[in-house]
Amino acid sequence: MSQENQLIKFTKKGIYCPQGKFYLDPWYPVDYAVISHGHADHARWGMKRYLCTDDSKTILKHRLGTDIKTESIPYNHSITINGVELSFHPAGHVIGSSQIRLEYKGFVVVFSGDYKTQPDFISVPYEPIKCHTFITESTFGLPIYNWKSEKELQAELQSWVKTNQENNRTSVFLGYSLGKAQRLMSLLDGCDDVYVHRAIHNLNEAISNSGIELPETKLWSAELDKKTLQNKIIIAPPALLGSRMLKRVPNAATAICSGWMQIRGNRRWQAVDAGFVVSDHADWNGLISAIKATEAEQVYVTHGSQAVFSKYLNEIGIKADELKTEYGDEALAKAEKETENIETK
Amino acid sequence: MNQFSNLISSIEITNKTNAKIDALVNYFNTAPDKDKLWLIALFTGKRPSRPVKTTLMKAWCMEITNLPEWLFLESYSTVGDLGETLALLLPKPTHHLDLSLNEWMSELRALKSKSEQDKKAFVLEAWSGLDQQERLIFNKLIGGSFRIGVSKKTLVNALAKLTNIDANQLMHSIIGNWDVDNITFEELIHGKHINYDNSKPYPFCLAYALEKDLPELGEPNDWIVEQKWDGIRGQIVKRNKEIYIWSRGEELVTSQFPELIEAMSNFTDDFVIDGEILAMKDNDVLLFNDLQKRLNRKNVTKKLLDEVPIGFYAYDILEYNGNDIRERPFKERRKRLESIFNSVALPEHIQLSFLVDFSQWDALYDIRDNSRAINSEGLMLKQKKSPYHTGRKKGDWWKWKVDPLTIDAVMIYAQKGSGRRSSKYTDYTFAVKKDDALVTVAKAYSGLTDKEITEISQWVNKNAIEKFGPVRTVKPELVFEIAFEGIALSNRHKSGVALRFPRIARWRKDKPVDEIDTIETVKKLITAP
Repeated sequence: MSQENQLIKFTKKGIYCPQGKFYLDPWYPVDYAVISHGHADHARWGMKRYLCTDDSKTILKHRLGTDIKTESIPYNHSITINGVELSFHPAGHVIGSSQIRLEYKGFVVVFSGDYKTQPDFISVPYEPIKCHTFITESTFGLPIYNWKSEKELQAELQSWVKTNQENNRTSVFLGYSLGKAQRLMSLLDGCDDVYVHRAIHNLNEAISNSGIELPETKLWSAELDKKTLQNKIIIAPPALLGSRMLKRVPNAATAICSGWMQIRGNRRWQAVDAGFVVSDHADWNGLISAIKATEAEQVYVTHGSQAVFSKYLNEIGIKADELKTEYGDEALAKAEKETENIETK
Repeated sequence: MNQFSNLISSIEITNKTNAKIDALVNYFNTAPDKDKLWLIALFTGKRPSRPVKTTLMKAWCMEITNLPEWLFLESYSTVGDLGETLALLLPKPTHHLDLSLNEWMSELRALKSKSEQDKKAFVLEAWSGLDQQERLIFNKLIGGSFRIGVSKKTLVNALAKLTNIDANQLMHSIIGNWDVDNITFEELIHGKHINYDNSKPYPFCLAYALEKDLPELGEPNDWIVEQKWDGIRGQIVKRNKEIYIWSRGEELVTSQFPELIEAMSNFTDDFVIDGEILAMKDNDVLLFNDLQKRLNRKNVTKKLLDEVPIGFYAYDILEYNGNDIRERPFKERRKRLESIFNSVALPEHIQLSFLVDFSQWDALYDIRDNSRAINSEGLMLKQKKSPYHTGRKKGDWWKWKVDPLTIDAVMIYAQKGSGRRSSKYTDYTFAVKKDDALVTVAKAYSGLTDKEITEISQWVNKNAIEKFGPVRTVKPELVFEIAFEGIALSNRHKSGVALRFPRIARWRKDKPVDEIDTIETVKKLITAP
């Protein structure tokens, strides 16, 4: 068995570590699951035991139930499981997100989960880890995806809110409750009162209770007087688009916040008032520079533009193969909606 | 260009026509005179010819970004628009150029005659001095359509809101003969260069679909029945030796149909006639698909004139030698129309709409059912006493269309749309069974809701067999009912049949793929009435 094969094997249930006898972000129930981050396509129900970062632990418990069996360790701290040295390293994707590093007999595999190389105001910044084998996502693996800096983005969002206020409109931002919502809160902090949907509110509470400081927000509930919300800011999960609750917001101007908004056709498809390019994932240059920094001899490309991205890596002299997984944007959209159990009527 | 860039941004994000109109009005209220004229010119097809070829722009972009061609094409297929792909791929700007729309357009006009080297230097300088959205607009100013859903009609409605001038007059003004260099905005909108009295149209009279049994209409003898034709309704206005053609959407389409203008100049009388513009060859009406090749062309080439000749069936007359005769009974108007058409020798494809000869209602059923054989959509029933109503009014005119034909077919290819639809798989190819295999029968892209398209797009992403290029081959699993207006044998199609106006009637989630139609059953529809 090659050294790589002792560490990782791609199975129907997910990425398996034969030596360590655990899975990485499995999509079917297994005995022992090591979780990169709390998004619903990576952290799923039904595992007998979970292992994650300290920062992810509360999120997992909040989303999967307090009765799940979860151990956690801090970032950059290693433990040994059946001889495999395992550690979590910041992935810059969402609060608590990590890359998972595995080492056995000097051979190193890093599973990136989802990651973003550009620093933001809220998650622990991404750290490149040298390894032999790197498993990377490729959500935005096309050269058309290049993000603005966090400062530029902040100016753009806040100026939109200001314009809305001048026109007597309430600004509504749509983004997933884990990750995008907290990022938006940090980008809009100090702008005006920010109201958040209950799904986000509850998650924020769990995150705050674990000792992570979040910008101040208020709960957006159906009982609130319309006048209170007028000209303010609301953050809600994307599932709310077209919902009655959203329709009740006075003079709402609605914005979708996602990397997909980079393309004009995507912005126009949704029939909203604005589309902002706010992504939790690495852009094209981020992916390329991250992969180069790992100095990996073998790259596996998961969810996103696998085919295109791995072809390009091979052309620039990095050995890469596609890897089919059950992660990705659509799985996430569906799973997030179920996890949050959001009432959209 | 900032102002123009903001206008485009606010127009493209909304699908509400009123919001687009408001954004345009706002622009007209604030932009400099020449910029306003350029805006109108750009959205009415009066733009200068393309000074730089797209192949060159693509090559320069690949040179700057150092990307392989296949990756460029992959990006292009995701974005769905070349100008936008370039804008997204190019590196961040190094400085900011602040030129007005007029200044950019003047530069671009001058660029036409320059050397390739000079063109390249100019374009590269512009690319490095404009932000992403401005860069996209710059690429569009060089050539190509904005695809933001601003028709001439939208533009006219914005100008009408701004000025309170009659919309049809504005339509005539903006498509009339003018040049950015020789007119001011005020002169243009007040129609200094045109005589609106010569072109002024009437509102079209429209019919509802028949909603009762024929005998309930009363005496057959009180009615005139014609075939219903599926071209574009046109109103020909001939006054003081000038001829104008208005479409039902209140756009002036005169320049698209030179044959009609030529034929109409044979008449000595002045008149306003309502009729159907059709593609016709050897006196047969062709499919609407053929006619479409002639629509919205900037230039009508000799080749196109030969390939798709235009014909006209006259339905009605609204004005005769300056007199509005819309209140006269249809029977009388029809007589007038006949005498005009019989007074002059006309090309054979310009004629009166022929009447259906019948004395009993019963006789009409077969005639309606056989309409397809002559590429007609069904029948029109018009009360002999009826005036030419303004707009849609119930009772006097009825349309009685043939039922569409339908088959059940399975989706085998999916392709992304363009413009607003570039992010979704919206264009599908369908197949039916042929022995143990599948054979393509139709391509269709209309008939589904946005929600269904989203659902199908997600399914396509998961079930695509081929991954490269714009077309996805998918597992043959999703079954759709395809409706179409006609079917003919064709040796240009692999299946041996050609469907007319195929569209998706509904998504048959209830139907498994082994229950789709076979090519044999499809072919049987050809002889069926």
